[in-house]
Amino acid sequence: MEKTVTGTAHGHGHAHEHEHAHELGFWRKYVFSVDHKVIGIQYAITGLLFLLFGFTLMMIMRFQLAYPGHPIPLIGNWFGADKAPGGIMLPEFYNQLGAMHGTIMVFLGVVPLAVGGFGNFVMPLQIGAPDMAFPKLNMMSYWVYFLGGVTMLASFFVPNGAAQSGWTSYPPLAIIASQGQTFWLIGMVFLITSSLLGSINFIVTIVQLRAKGLSYMRLPFFVWAQLVTSFLLLLAFPPLEAAGVLQLMDRLAGTSFFLPSGLMVSQKPLAVAGGGNPLLWQHLFWFLAHPEVYVLILPAMGIVSEIIANNTRKPLWGYRALVYAIVFLGFMSFIVWAHHMFMTGMGTTISAFFQVTTMIISIPSVVILTALLLSLWGASIRFTTPMLFALAFLPMFGIGGLTGLPLGLAPSDIHLHDTYYVIGHFHYVVAPGTIFALFAGVYYWFPKATGRKMNDLLGKIHFWGSFICINSVFMPMFIQGLGGMNRRMYDGGMQYAHNAGLLHWNVVIGFAAWGLGLFQIPFIINFFSSIKWGALVDRNPWEATTLEWSAPSPPGHGNFLTEPIVYRGAYEYSVPGAAKDFTPQFEPERA
Amino acid sequence: MEIPYTVEPRPDTGLANGKLGIWLFLASEVMLFGALFSTYILLRVGAVEWPHGELSVTLGAINTVILICSSVTMVVAWAKLKMNDFAKGRLYVLVTVALAAVFLVNKYFEYAEHFSKGEVPSHSTFFAIYYTLTGLHGLHIIGGILVMLYLAGPGAGLWKRNPEQFANRVEYTGLYWHFVDLVWIFLFPVLYLL
Repeated sequence: MEKTVTGTAHGHGHAHEHEHAHELGFWRKYVFSVDHKVIGIQYAITGLLFLLFGFTLMMIMRFQLAYPGHPIPLIGNWFGADKAPGGIMLPEFYNQLGAMHGTIMVFLGVVPLAVGGFGNFVMPLQIGAPDMAFPKLNMMSYWVYFLGGVTMLASFFVPNGAAQSGWTSYPPLAIIASQGQTFWLIGMVFLITSSLLGSINFIVTIVQLRAKGLSYMRLPFFVWAQLVTSFLLLLAFPPLEAAGVLQLMDRLAGTSFFLPSGLMVSQKPLAVAGGGNPLLWQHLFWFLAHPEVYVLILPAMGIVSEIIANNTRKPLWGYRALVYAIVFLGFMSFIVWAHHMFMTGMGTTISAFFQVTTMIISIPSVVILTALLLSLWGASIRFTTPMLFALAFLPMFGIGGLTGLPLGLAPSDIHLHDTYYVIGHFHYVVAPGTIFALFAGVYYWFPKATGRKMNDLLGKIHFWGSFICINSVFMPMFIQGLGGMNRRMYDGGMQYAHNAGLLHWNVVIGFAAWGLGLFQIPFIINFFSSIKWGALVDRNPWEATTLEWSAPSPPGHGNFLTEPIVYRGAYEYSVPGAAKDFTPQFEPERA
Repeated sequence: MEIPYTVEPRPDTGLANGKLGIWLFLASEVMLFGALFSTYILLRVGAVEWPHGELSVTLGAINTVILICSSVTMVVAWAKLKMNDFAKGRLYVLVTVALAAVFLVNKYFEYAEHFSKGEVPSHSTFFAIYYTLTGLHGLHIIGGILVMLYLAGPGAGLWKRNPEQFANRVEYTGLYWHFVDLVWIFLFPVLYLL
């Protein structure tokens, strides 16, 4: 291989460590790149932008809920007469925002950032691979994801607007809905294809490209999390693809897979053959969407484990238990899906089965959370910015998980289903849970990606502001939900008497949500300014033990300067008798 | 920079990257068709009456034979390449393409016949699932044809540079092709006979 020394491409001392087979042009290097690090960063930035966009939709919805019937300030006139005449939101537009908020946050924001971004950037480095096993496929999966995102965004501009049947797209409503739903389905087919290509690539890379000496039980926990996540994506997404094809057939070819006989729409019988089953969609959808919940949470657990081990300067407590728990969790996540469907009348026998499996799956989740909590015991913790986010993840995920138990049991679920309690529950898992872990990951691996550290003061403002605001958003939802307030009401449900004492919380939640938006500004400033002005760092600024910290910061094409060899487990911190409080995986044994 | 184990298998796993990749892909395909077969079962169990004898068993049986033959020619193509006979190997890939094309032509006549009788997808749940399953299967056939044409045409230059890798590609395509064949072997009894 021809080796050339590049100039001061990054303006600091590590440029000489870069190694290139040949110089690539701008397009091949930054846009149509096959380098897993560039693709990871592309995924991460696109994902962050979609998170911001999805959150903006929610801030608009929160105004409508806090002040129903008032014109939306500042931006109200942008939406046009078919969405918000005079700036006052129409119910149909509220439904579009709700459906697209869910879709964007899950499929275009969190998963691309957690799996596409962190998985792509960090995982090959952590296993000592020069790149992913199939670099071109990797590039393709990003661009297919991008196409899916564009399709979803475009759907806002078709007649009657974007999909408005919820992120779950339940038929028959989704089938008789306007064109936006077709865009949603086509967008989903793109996204499913993208994650299919990605997950194959991830599994092959982890199985085949592990460095010499890196046995499965020496893998960093983050890699385990990515491996299990990839299996979930690989096996759970195809049934949704099938369901998407069937719904497209129903919408475009006039079939009735999900339309029962004798269906009336606006007092008129629908002119279809009938004989279909709306519950079939729900089964196929939740067969994906429950594992999808674990796709959202497992990478977050992986990130948090890395950061906790590093900042407690102790080995993870119960590494093997963590690994067995996460594998078991992945397996169980395929047989709990119908606990989303206790209200559908599918029968008590099926409900009983899924209650039992749901209770069983809580065990490995508790094992993981307990192991992470016990890892803190007796440690002299470094309260760095990533560690603050990682520490916040533990109680936030705990609240999210524990409030899920009443939803896993049919009798209590029947009371709580489709109230704000459910929204509070799953947001505690995904928003202050997963998204906090993702922020932790951004702060933690930013030095590896750029060679510079992010600012600590801005980071701490970001953390404390977000932490207070996000809890003020979701905690009141439990109060509203337990009081029986239904979700998906465009005015919050003003016509119901039992909501009268609960609606004022919407103003509190509204201000907390907008405050949460404001507290993201320090992060955005920090992110961009640190690329240029952040403090320069060496290879291993956090004094960590895993392999990615043996590569230059940022790593060049091909990642490692010499072939990495692994000598020990992933978390050898504070080994008795060692000279330093960390013994990296890549450090040879001394005689 | 080179990605390790693209051609030679990794000693401790016994697999080259591509082979593991294609098996994982097939696993996801099993889930895709599995979901559609489950749909079929659920719709049929829930139906008041289910039509019988709507499809031509003769045409279906002929197509079954054609696909099984094409699986055989695919294996022969790989075996010839392994025996270092590139010309024969490519010939058998092209024979497979030809058989696949005959399958599609046959399928076209079947579809056209039903369409002319007004038996379109919206006609009944049976035809809806029939067109969805066979249509998706047909797309898989077309995908296989495109890959094989690439291997026999523009992709054949790889044989000169790296015969091992070329033979591997034919093998992986073969694995996919057998899967497509296998799906049909389930489709034929489920749709035509039962």
